[in-house]
Amino acid sequence: MLEITDIEAGYGRTRVLHGVTVPAGKVVAVLGHNGAGKTTLLRLAIGLLKPTKGRVLFDGEDISSLAPNKRVARGMAYVPQGQQAFGQLTTLENLQLVADGRRRGKALIEAQMARFPALEKFATRKAGLLSGGQRQQLAIARALITEPKLLILDEPTEGIQPTIVAEIEQTIMQLAGEGIHVLLVEQHIGFALEAAERYVVLASGFVTQTGDGGLAAASTVRAAMAI
Amino acid sequence: MDALISQLLNGSAQGALLLLAALGLSLTFGQMGVINMAHGEFLMLGAFTAYLVQQVIAASDLSIPVALPVAFVVAGLFGLLLEVTIIRWMYRRPLDTLLVTVGVSLILQQAALQIFPSQGVPVEKPSWLDGQLNVLGYEWPLRQLFTIVLASVCVAALSAWLKYTSFGRRIRATVHNRDLAETTGISTRTIDRLTFFVGSGLAGVAGVAASLIGGTNSQMGAQYIIPAFLVVAAGGIGQLKGTIIAAWAVGVALSCFAYWTTGSLAQVLAFILVIVFLQVRPQGLFTVRTRSLA
Repeated sequence: MLEITDIEAGYGRTRVLHGVTVPAGKVVAVLGHNGAGKTTLLRLAIGLLKPTKGRVLFDGEDISSLAPNKRVARGMAYVPQGQQAFGQLTTLENLQLVADGRRRGKALIEAQMARFPALEKFATRKAGLLSGGQRQQLAIARALITEPKLLILDEPTEGIQPTIVAEIEQTIMQLAGEGIHVLLVEQHIGFALEAAERYVVLASGFVTQTGDGGLAAASTVRAAMAI
Repeated sequence: MDALISQLLNGSAQGALLLLAALGLSLTFGQMGVINMAHGEFLMLGAFTAYLVQQVIAASDLSIPVALPVAFVVAGLFGLLLEVTIIRWMYRRPLDTLLVTVGVSLILQQAALQIFPSQGVPVEKPSWLDGQLNVLGYEWPLRQLFTIVLASVCVAALSAWLKYTSFGRRIRATVHNRDLAETTGISTRTIDRLTFFVGSGLAGVAGVAASLIGGTNSQMGAQYIIPAFLVVAAGGIGQLKGTIIAAWAVGVALSCFAYWTTGSLAQVLAFILVIVFLQVRPQGLFTVRTRSLA
Protein backbone atom coordinates (compact mmCIF):
# COMPACT_ATOMS: atom_id res chain seq x y z
CA MET A 1 0.00 0.00 0.00
CA LEU A 2 2.39 2.76 1.26
CA GLU A 3 6.07 2.39 0.50
CA ILE A 4 8.55 4.93 1.81
CA THR A 5 12.02 4.24 0.49
CA ASP A 6 15.37 5.84 1.35
CA ILE A 7 13.85 9.17 2.23
CA GLU A 8 15.76 12.30 3.08
CA ALA A 9 13.81 15.35 4.17
CA GLY A 10 13.89 18.32 6.51
CA TYR A 11 13.04 21.96 7.07
CA GLY A 12 15.12 24.50 5.17
CA ARG A 13 18.77 23.49 5.49
CA THR A 14 18.13 21.26 8.50
CA ARG A 15 17.91 17.65 7.43
CA VAL A 16 15.67 15.66 9.76
CA LEU A 17 15.27 12.28 8.05
CA HIS A 18 18.31 10.42 6.78
CA GLY A 19 17.76 7.54 4.36
CA VAL A 20 14.58 6.36 6.08
CA THR A 21 12.78 3.31 4.71
CA VAL A 22 9.50 2.23 6.25
CA PRO A 23 8.59 -1.44 5.87
CA ALA A 24 5.30 -2.31 4.22
CA GLY A 25 2.61 -3.76 6.46
CA LYS A 26 -1.03 -3.62 7.38
CA VAL A 27 -0.36 -1.77 10.62
CA VAL A 28 3.06 -0.16 10.84
CA ALA A 29 4.17 1.57 14.03
CA VAL A 30 6.82 4.29 14.03
CA LEU A 31 8.53 4.51 17.40
CA GLY A 32 11.10 6.89 18.80
CA HIS A 33 11.79 9.57 21.35
CA ASN A 34 10.71 13.19 20.92
CA GLY A 35 12.69 14.81 18.12
CA ALA A 36 13.49 11.48 16.45
CA GLY A 37 11.70 12.57 13.26
CA LYS A 38 8.42 10.62 13.65
CA THR A 39 6.07 13.54 12.97
CA THR A 40 8.28 14.72 10.11
CA LEU A 41 7.97 11.25 8.59
CA LEU A 42 4.16 11.35 8.81
CA ARG A 43 4.00 14.90 7.43
CA LEU A 44 6.08 13.62 4.54
CA ALA A 45 3.75 10.65 4.06
CA ILE A 46 0.68 12.91 3.74
CA GLY A 47 2.47 15.50 1.59
CA LEU A 48 2.94 18.45 3.93
CA LEU A 49 6.65 18.01 3.39
CA LYS A 50 8.43 17.00 0.19
CA PRO A 51 11.44 14.66 0.23
CA THR A 52 14.79 15.86 -1.08
CA LYS A 53 15.70 12.26 -1.87
CA GLY A 54 13.88 8.94 -2.02
CA ARG A 55 10.37 7.93 -3.04
CA VAL A 56 6.89 7.68 -1.57
CA LEU A 57 4.69 5.17 -3.38
CA PHE A 58 0.99 4.61 -2.72
CA ASP A 59 -0.71 1.70 -4.45
CA GLY A 60 2.30 1.57 -6.77
CA GLU A 61 2.01 5.26 -7.80
CA ASP A 62 4.84 7.69 -7.03
CA ILE A 63 3.14 10.39 -4.95
CA SER A 64 6.32 12.12 -3.75
CA SER A 65 5.31 15.47 -5.25
CA LEU A 66 1.53 15.16 -4.91
CA ALA A 67 -0.36 17.78 -2.81
CA PRO A 68 -1.97 16.54 0.43
CA ASN A 69 -5.55 17.01 -0.81
CA LYS A 70 -4.80 14.83 -3.83
CA ARG A 71 -3.34 12.14 -1.58
CA VAL A 72 -6.58 12.23 0.42
CA ALA A 73 -8.51 11.76 -2.83
CA ARG A 74 -6.41 8.66 -3.53
CA GLY A 75 -7.35 7.08 -0.20
CA MET A 76 -4.99 8.42 2.45
CA ALA A 77 -6.24 10.07 5.64
CA TYR A 78 -4.24 11.87 8.31
CA VAL A 79 -4.91 12.53 11.97
CA PRO A 80 -2.25 15.01 13.08
CA GLN A 81 -0.71 15.33 16.50
CA GLY A 82 -2.46 17.53 19.06
CA GLN A 83 -6.18 16.76 18.67
CA GLN A 84 -6.57 19.18 15.81
CA ALA A 85 -10.04 20.27 14.80
CA PHE A 86 -11.41 23.35 13.08
CA GLY A 87 -12.19 25.10 16.34
CA GLN A 88 -14.56 27.75 14.97
CA LEU A 89 -16.70 25.18 13.17
CA THR A 90 -19.16 23.03 15.06
CA THR A 91 -18.57 19.31 15.52
CA LEU A 92 -21.11 18.58 12.79
CA GLU A 93 -19.59 21.13 10.42
CA ASN A 94 -16.16 19.53 10.93
CA LEU A 95 -17.65 16.28 9.69
CA GLN A 96 -19.76 17.87 6.91
CA LEU A 97 -16.61 19.49 5.60
CA VAL A 98 -15.33 16.08 4.59
CA ALA A 99 -18.68 14.47 3.79
CA ASP A 100 -19.74 17.26 1.37
CA GLY A 101 -19.78 16.02 -2.17
CA ARG A 102 -19.47 12.35 -1.21
CA ARG A 103 -22.09 9.80 -2.03
CA ARG A 104 -23.78 8.67 1.20
CA GLY A 105 -22.23 11.68 2.97
CA LYS A 106 -25.00 11.79 5.58
CA ALA A 107 -24.73 8.06 6.26
CA LEU A 108 -20.96 8.40 6.65
CA ILE A 109 -21.45 11.09 9.30
CA GLU A 110 -24.08 9.00 11.10
CA ALA A 111 -21.74 6.00 11.13
CA GLN A 112 -19.00 8.02 12.80
CA MET A 113 -21.40 9.51 15.31
CA ALA A 114 -22.46 5.98 16.18
CA ARG A 115 -18.81 5.04 16.62
CA PHE A 116 -18.15 8.08 18.84
CA PRO A 117 -21.42 8.96 20.64
CA ALA A 118 -19.90 12.11 22.22
CA LEU A 119 -19.78 13.66 18.75
CA GLU A 120 -23.53 13.32 18.35
CA LYS A 121 -24.10 14.74 21.83
CA PHE A 122 -22.00 17.81 21.03
CA ALA A 123 -22.88 18.07 17.34
CA THR A 124 -23.77 21.76 17.53
CA ARG A 125 -20.95 22.75 19.88
CA LYS A 126 -17.93 24.53 18.42
CA ALA A 127 -15.08 22.06 18.10
CA GLY A 128 -12.74 24.46 19.89
CA LEU A 129 -14.84 24.03 23.02
CA LEU A 130 -14.66 20.21 23.09
CA SER A 131 -12.32 18.38 25.46
CA GLY A 132 -9.01 17.06 24.11
CA GLY A 133 -10.34 13.51 23.95
CA GLN A 134 -13.50 14.55 22.13
CA ARG A 135 -11.48 16.59 19.66
CA GLN A 136 -9.29 13.57 18.98
CA GLN A 137 -12.37 11.44 18.37
CA LEU A 138 -13.59 14.14 16.01
CA ALA A 139 -10.25 14.15 14.20
CA ILE A 140 -10.40 10.38 13.74
CA ALA A 141 -14.06 10.49 12.65
CA ARG A 142 -13.24 13.23 10.14
CA ALA A 143 -10.48 11.09 8.70
CA LEU A 144 -12.69 8.01 8.51
CA ILE A 145 -15.46 9.80 6.62
CA THR A 146 -13.10 9.89 3.64
CA GLU A 147 -13.28 6.07 3.66
CA PRO A 148 -9.50 5.78 3.56
CA LYS A 149 -7.44 2.81 2.50
CA LEU A 150 -4.64 4.08 4.72
CA LEU A 151 -5.02 5.95 8.00
CA ILE A 152 -2.01 7.90 9.26
CA LEU A 153 -2.19 8.60 13.00
CA ASP A 154 0.26 10.85 14.83
CA GLU A 155 0.24 10.11 18.57
CA PRO A 156 -3.53 9.62 18.78
CA THR A 157 -3.55 8.99 22.53
CA GLU A 158 -1.14 11.72 23.59
CA GLY A 159 -2.49 13.99 26.36
CA ILE A 160 -5.88 12.33 26.51
CA GLN A 161 -7.81 11.08 29.55
CA PRO A 162 -7.34 7.31 30.15
CA THR A 163 -10.98 6.30 29.47
CA ILE A 164 -10.87 7.83 26.00
CA VAL A 165 -7.38 6.42 25.36
CA ALA A 166 -8.85 2.92 25.73
CA GLU A 167 -11.68 3.79 23.31
CA ILE A 168 -9.24 5.16 20.74
CA GLU A 169 -6.94 2.14 21.01
CA GLN A 170 -9.93 -0.14 20.57
CA THR A 171 -11.01 1.85 17.49
CA ILE A 172 -7.55 1.51 15.93
CA MET A 173 -7.61 -2.27 16.45
CA GLN A 174 -11.13 -2.40 14.98
CA LEU A 175 -10.11 -0.39 11.91
CA ALA A 176 -7.16 -2.67 11.28
CA GLY A 177 -9.59 -5.58 11.57
CA GLU A 178 -11.85 -3.90 8.98
CA GLY A 179 -8.98 -3.92 6.50
CA ILE A 180 -7.80 -0.31 6.77
CA HIS A 181 -4.02 0.01 6.67
CA VAL A 182 -2.59 2.09 9.52
CA LEU A 183 0.65 4.03 9.86
CA LEU A 184 0.90 4.86 13.53
CA VAL A 185 3.19 7.01 15.64
CA GLU A 186 2.57 6.15 19.27
CA GLN A 187 4.36 6.78 22.57
CA HIS A 188 2.70 3.81 24.32
CA ILE A 189 5.15 1.21 23.10
CA GLY A 190 3.14 -1.69 24.52
CA PHE A 191 0.02 -0.81 22.58
CA ALA A 192 1.96 0.09 19.43
CA LEU A 193 3.72 -3.27 19.34
CA GLU A 194 0.49 -5.12 20.08
CA ALA A 195 -1.33 -3.35 17.25
CA ALA A 196 1.49 -3.32 14.69
CA GLU A 197 2.31 -5.95 12.14
CA ARG A 198 5.62 -4.22 11.51
CA TYR A 199 7.45 -1.50 13.36
CA VAL A 200 10.31 0.88 12.70
CA VAL A 201 12.38 2.68 15.33
CA LEU A 202 13.74 6.14 14.59
CA ALA A 203 16.54 7.86 16.49
CA SER A 204 17.82 11.29 15.40
CA GLY A 205 16.26 10.77 11.98
CA PHE A 206 17.92 7.39 11.32
CA VAL A 207 16.23 4.00 11.31
CA THR A 208 17.84 2.04 14.13
CA GLN A 209 15.60 -1.02 14.08
CA THR A 210 12.76 -2.62 12.16
CA GLY A 211 10.89 -5.78 13.00
CA ASP A 212 7.61 -7.64 13.39
CA GLY A 213 5.29 -6.06 15.89
CA GLY A 214 3.84 -8.95 17.78
CA LEU A 215 7.20 -10.59 18.35
CA ALA A 216 9.15 -7.59 19.49
CA ALA A 217 10.06 -7.17 23.10
CA ALA A 218 9.51 -3.65 24.37
CA SER A 219 12.97 -3.64 25.98
CA THR A 220 14.66 -4.29 22.59
CA VAL A 221 12.71 -1.41 21.08
CA ARG A 222 13.62 0.92 23.94
CA ALA A 223 17.27 0.05 23.42
CA ALA A 224 16.99 0.90 19.72
CA MET A 225 15.27 4.21 20.56
CA ALA A 226 18.21 5.18 22.75
CA ILE A 227 20.84 4.73 20.01
CA MET B 1 -32.71 66.36 18.82
CA ASP B 2 -33.50 66.78 15.09
CA ALA B 3 -29.81 67.18 14.38
CA LEU B 4 -29.05 64.00 16.30
CA ILE B 5 -31.68 62.02 14.37
CA SER B 6 -30.47 63.35 11.04
CA GLN B 7 -26.85 62.54 11.87
CA LEU B 8 -27.79 59.08 13.13
CA LEU B 9 -29.59 58.37 9.85
CA ASN B 10 -26.88 59.90 7.66
CA GLY B 11 -24.25 58.11 9.70
CA SER B 12 -26.06 54.79 9.35
CA ALA B 13 -26.03 55.19 5.56
CA GLN B 14 -22.36 56.15 5.63
CA GLY B 15 -21.70 53.16 7.89
CA ALA B 16 -23.54 50.90 5.45
CA LEU B 17 -21.29 52.10 2.62
CA LEU B 18 -18.22 51.53 4.79
CA LEU B 19 -19.58 48.11 5.65
CA LEU B 20 -19.95 47.24 1.97
CA ALA B 21 -16.36 48.32 1.39
CA ALA B 22 -15.18 46.44 4.49
CA LEU B 23 -17.11 43.21 3.84
CA GLY B 24 -14.76 42.13 1.08
CA LEU B 25 -11.80 43.14 3.21
CA SER B 26 -13.11 41.06 6.11
CA LEU B 27 -12.69 38.09 3.76
CA THR B 28 -9.36 38.93 2.12
CA PHE B 29 -7.70 40.70 5.05
CA GLY B 30 -9.69 39.44 8.01
CA GLN B 31 -9.92 35.83 6.93
CA MET B 32 -6.92 35.36 4.64
CA GLY B 33 -4.54 37.90 6.19
CA VAL B 34 -3.81 39.60 2.86
CA ILE B 35 -3.33 43.37 3.03
CA ASN B 36 -4.77 44.33 -0.33
CA MET B 37 -4.39 48.06 -0.82
CA ALA B 38 -5.96 47.73 -4.28
CA HIS B 39 -9.30 46.83 -2.66
CA GLY B 40 -10.35 50.49 -2.92
CA GLU B 41 -9.65 50.41 -6.64
CA PHE B 42 -11.91 47.35 -7.00
CA LEU B 43 -14.59 49.56 -5.47
CA MET B 44 -13.71 52.19 -8.10
CA LEU B 45 -14.04 49.52 -10.80
CA GLY B 46 -17.54 48.78 -9.52
CA ALA B 47 -18.48 52.46 -9.74
CA PHE B 48 -17.13 52.79 -13.30
CA THR B 49 -18.94 49.58 -14.20
CA ALA B 50 -22.19 51.24 -13.07
CA TYR B 51 -21.38 54.15 -15.38
CA LEU B 52 -20.58 51.86 -18.32
CA VAL B 53 -23.73 49.81 -17.79
CA GLN B 54 -25.68 53.08 -17.95
CA GLN B 55 -24.08 53.78 -21.32
CA VAL B 56 -25.56 50.51 -22.58
CA ILE B 57 -28.85 50.55 -20.68
CA ALA B 58 -29.90 54.19 -20.70
CA ALA B 59 -32.84 53.72 -18.35
CA SER B 60 -31.27 54.24 -14.94
CA ASP B 61 -34.22 52.50 -13.26
CA LEU B 62 -32.98 49.28 -14.78
CA SER B 63 -29.29 49.97 -15.16
CA ILE B 64 -28.45 50.03 -11.44
CA PRO B 65 -30.02 46.63 -10.65
CA VAL B 66 -28.14 45.26 -13.67
CA ALA B 67 -24.92 47.01 -12.67
CA LEU B 68 -24.83 45.38 -9.22
CA PRO B 69 -24.16 41.78 -10.36
CA VAL B 70 -22.04 42.97 -13.30
CA ALA B 71 -19.86 45.06 -10.95
CA PHE B 72 -19.56 42.06 -8.64
CA VAL B 73 -18.26 39.89 -11.49
CA VAL B 74 -15.97 42.57 -12.97
CA ALA B 75 -14.32 43.46 -9.64
CA GLY B 76 -14.27 39.79 -8.69
CA LEU B 77 -12.41 38.88 -11.88
CA PHE B 78 -9.86 41.64 -11.31
CA GLY B 79 -9.40 40.32 -7.77
CA LEU B 80 -9.00 36.79 -9.08
CA LEU B 81 -6.41 37.99 -11.59
CA LEU B 82 -4.51 39.75 -8.79
CA GLU B 83 -4.59 36.60 -6.66
CA VAL B 84 -3.47 34.27 -9.43
CA THR B 85 -0.68 36.49 -10.72
CA ILE B 86 0.66 38.17 -7.57
CA ILE B 87 -0.93 37.42 -4.21
CA ARG B 88 -0.55 33.64 -4.43
CA TRP B 89 3.23 34.02 -4.19
CA MET B 90 2.98 36.29 -1.16
CA TYR B 91 0.83 34.54 1.41
CA ARG B 92 2.32 34.96 4.88
CA ARG B 93 4.37 37.95 3.63
CA PRO B 94 2.03 40.82 4.56
CA LEU B 95 4.53 43.64 4.06
CA ASP B 96 5.41 42.51 0.54
CA THR B 97 1.71 42.20 -0.27
CA LEU B 98 1.06 45.69 1.03
CA LEU B 99 3.80 47.23 -1.12
CA VAL B 100 2.86 45.35 -4.27
CA THR B 101 -0.86 46.08 -3.96
CA VAL B 102 -0.14 49.79 -3.40
CA GLY B 103 1.59 49.59 -6.80
CA VAL B 104 -1.39 47.81 -8.31
CA SER B 105 -3.77 50.43 -6.91
CA LEU B 106 -1.70 53.21 -8.50
CA ILE B 107 -1.71 51.39 -11.84
CA LEU B 108 -5.48 50.98 -11.70
CA GLN B 109 -5.95 54.66 -10.78
CA GLN B 110 -3.76 55.75 -13.70
CA ALA B 111 -5.58 53.39 -16.05
CA ALA B 112 -8.91 54.90 -14.95
CA LEU B 113 -7.48 58.39 -15.52
CA GLN B 114 -6.45 57.41 -19.04
CA ILE B 115 -9.83 55.92 -19.90
CA PHE B 116 -12.26 58.27 -18.12
CA PRO B 117 -12.31 62.07 -17.71
CA SER B 118 -10.15 63.27 -14.80
CA GLN B 119 -13.09 65.10 -13.18
CA GLY B 120 -15.01 61.85 -13.06
CA VAL B 121 -18.21 60.57 -14.66
CA PRO B 122 -21.86 60.95 -13.64
CA VAL B 123 -23.88 57.94 -12.58
CA GLU B 124 -27.60 58.67 -12.77
CA LYS B 125 -29.74 57.67 -9.81
CA PRO B 126 -32.77 55.57 -10.67
CA SER B 127 -36.04 57.47 -10.28
CA TRP B 128 -37.16 55.11 -7.53
CA LEU B 129 -34.36 56.50 -5.38
CA ASP B 130 -35.37 60.14 -5.91
CA GLY B 131 -37.74 60.52 -3.00
CA GLN B 132 -37.39 60.88 0.75
CA LEU B 133 -38.73 58.93 3.66
CA ASN B 134 -40.05 60.86 6.64
CA VAL B 135 -38.38 59.54 9.80
CA LEU B 136 -39.43 61.38 12.97
CA GLY B 137 -39.76 64.59 10.99
CA TYR B 138 -36.52 64.19 9.09
CA GLU B 139 -36.66 63.73 5.31
CA TRP B 140 -34.31 60.83 4.78
CA PRO B 141 -33.11 60.43 1.16
CA LEU B 142 -34.13 57.04 -0.27
CA ARG B 143 -30.68 56.50 -1.80
CA GLN B 144 -29.28 56.38 1.74
CA LEU B 145 -31.90 53.83 2.72
CA PHE B 146 -30.98 51.87 -0.43
CA THR B 147 -27.35 51.69 0.71
CA ILE B 148 -28.46 50.25 4.05
CA VAL B 149 -30.75 47.71 2.38
CA LEU B 150 -27.99 46.72 -0.07
CA ALA B 151 -25.45 46.32 2.75
CA SER B 152 -27.96 44.25 4.75
CA VAL B 153 -28.63 41.97 1.77
CA CYS B 154 -24.90 41.53 1.16
CA VAL B 155 -24.22 40.77 4.84
CA ALA B 156 -27.09 38.26 4.97
CA ALA B 157 -25.99 36.60 1.73
CA LEU B 158 -22.33 36.45 2.79
CA SER B 159 -23.21 35.10 6.26
CA ALA B 160 -25.52 32.45 4.82
CA TRP B 161 -22.93 31.51 2.20
CA LEU B 162 -20.18 31.13 4.79
CA LYS B 163 -22.41 29.34 7.28
CA TYR B 164 -24.55 27.00 5.22
CA THR B 165 -22.73 26.13 2.03
CA SER B 166 -20.01 23.62 1.44
CA PHE B 167 -17.74 26.34 0.03
CA GLY B 168 -18.39 28.52 3.07
CA ARG B 169 -17.40 25.74 5.43
CA ARG B 170 -14.27 25.11 3.37
CA ILE B 171 -13.34 28.79 3.46
CA ARG B 172 -13.75 28.90 7.24
CA ALA B 173 -11.74 25.71 7.63
CA THR B 174 -8.92 26.95 5.37
CA VAL B 175 -8.77 30.25 7.22
CA HIS B 176 -8.64 28.43 10.54
CA ASN B 177 -5.89 25.92 9.75
CA ARG B 178 -4.51 25.73 6.26
CA ASP B 179 -2.41 22.56 6.66
CA LEU B 180 -5.23 20.74 8.40
CA ALA B 181 -7.66 21.79 5.67
CA GLU B 182 -5.29 20.53 2.97
CA THR B 183 -4.85 17.16 4.73
CA THR B 184 -8.63 16.93 5.10
CA GLY B 185 -8.88 16.89 1.33
CA ILE B 186 -9.67 20.55 0.69
CA SER B 187 -7.94 22.21 -2.26
CA THR B 188 -6.80 25.34 -0.46
CA ARG B 189 -5.66 26.92 -3.74
CA THR B 190 -9.20 26.76 -5.10
CA ILE B 191 -10.50 28.21 -1.84
CA ASP B 192 -7.98 31.09 -2.00
CA ARG B 193 -9.08 32.01 -5.50
CA LEU B 194 -12.76 31.80 -4.69
CA THR B 195 -12.38 33.86 -1.51
CA PHE B 196 -10.49 36.54 -3.38
CA PHE B 197 -13.09 36.58 -6.14
CA VAL B 198 -15.97 37.04 -3.69
CA GLY B 199 -14.10 39.56 -1.51
CA SER B 200 -13.18 41.70 -4.52
CA GLY B 201 -16.63 41.28 -6.02
CA LEU B 202 -18.17 42.74 -2.88
CA ALA B 203 -15.95 45.80 -3.35
CA GLY B 204 -17.47 46.13 -6.81
CA VAL B 205 -20.98 46.14 -5.32
CA ALA B 206 -19.81 48.78 -2.82
CA GLY B 207 -18.62 50.82 -5.78
CA VAL B 208 -22.08 50.87 -7.35
CA ALA B 209 -23.57 52.11 -4.06
CA ALA B 210 -20.78 54.69 -3.71
CA SER B 211 -21.43 55.96 -7.26
CA LEU B 212 -25.01 56.86 -6.23
CA ILE B 213 -23.89 58.83 -3.19
CA GLY B 214 -20.63 60.54 -4.17
CA GLY B 215 -18.56 61.17 -7.27
CA THR B 216 -17.24 58.46 -9.56
CA ASN B 217 -13.59 59.16 -10.29
CA SER B 218 -10.16 57.57 -10.27
CA GLN B 219 -9.43 58.71 -6.69
CA MET B 220 -12.59 57.42 -5.05
CA GLY B 221 -11.05 54.13 -3.91
CA ALA B 222 -8.47 55.93 -1.80
CA GLN B 223 -11.31 57.56 0.17
CA TYR B 224 -12.60 54.21 1.39
CA ILE B 225 -9.59 51.95 1.77
CA ILE B 226 -8.19 53.24 5.10
CA PRO B 227 -11.59 53.56 6.88
CA ALA B 228 -12.46 50.08 5.61
CA PHE B 229 -9.26 48.61 7.06
CA LEU B 230 -9.93 50.41 10.36
CA VAL B 231 -13.45 48.99 10.44
CA VAL B 232 -12.18 45.42 9.93
CA ALA B 233 -9.47 45.85 12.58
CA ALA B 234 -11.86 47.48 15.09
CA GLY B 235 -14.48 44.79 14.53
CA GLY B 236 -12.02 42.00 15.27
CA ILE B 237 -10.06 40.21 12.55
CA GLY B 238 -12.29 37.81 10.65
CA GLN B 239 -15.36 38.69 12.72
CA LEU B 240 -18.32 39.61 10.53
CA LYS B 241 -20.48 40.66 13.49
CA GLY B 242 -17.74 42.99 14.72
CA THR B 243 -17.27 44.45 11.24
CA ILE B 244 -20.98 45.37 11.07
CA ILE B 245 -20.98 47.11 14.45
CA ALA B 246 -17.66 48.87 13.80
CA ALA B 247 -18.82 50.10 10.37
CA TRP B 248 -22.00 51.55 11.84
CA ALA B 249 -20.11 53.17 14.73
CA VAL B 250 -17.48 54.72 12.45
CA GLY B 251 -20.18 55.89 10.01
CA VAL B 252 -22.19 57.61 12.75
CA ALA B 253 -19.02 59.09 14.29
CA LEU B 254 -17.94 60.47 10.91
CA SER B 255 -21.37 61.98 10.31
CA CYS B 256 -21.65 63.55 13.76
CA PHE B 257 -18.09 64.92 13.72
CA ALA B 258 -18.67 66.32 10.23
CA TYR B 259 -21.82 68.08 11.47
CA TRP B 260 -20.05 69.64 14.44
CA THR B 261 -16.71 70.34 12.76
CA THR B 262 -15.66 69.90 9.11
CA GLY B 263 -15.52 66.88 6.76
CA SER B 264 -11.74 66.50 6.86
CA LEU B 265 -11.52 67.08 10.63
CA ALA B 266 -14.25 64.47 11.08
CA GLN B 267 -12.08 61.90 9.32
CA VAL B 268 -9.17 62.69 11.61
CA LEU B 269 -11.33 62.53 14.75
CA ALA B 270 -12.92 59.23 13.68
CA PHE B 271 -9.51 57.71 12.99
CA ILE B 272 -8.22 58.89 16.38
CA LEU B 273 -11.27 57.31 18.01
CA VAL B 274 -10.62 53.95 16.31
CA ILE B 275 -6.90 54.06 17.09
CA VAL B 276 -7.59 54.82 20.78
CA PHE B 277 -10.12 51.97 20.82
CA LEU B 278 -7.54 49.59 19.30
CA GLN B 279 -5.00 50.67 21.94
CA VAL B 280 -7.47 49.70 24.65
CA ARG B 281 -8.75 46.58 22.87
CA PRO B 282 -6.18 45.49 20.26
CA GLN B 283 -8.13 42.34 19.39
CA GLY B 284 -11.11 44.44 18.28
CA LEU B 285 -14.74 44.10 19.35
CA PHE B 286 -14.97 40.33 19.01
CA THR B 287 -12.46 37.51 19.29
CA VAL B 288 -12.52 33.77 18.75
CA ARG B 289 -13.40 31.75 21.88
CA THR B 290 -11.72 28.37 21.85
CA ARG B 291 -10.03 25.85 24.15
CA SER B 292 -7.50 24.90 21.52
CA LEU B 293 -5.31 26.81 19.14
CA ALA B 294 -6.03 24.49 16.23
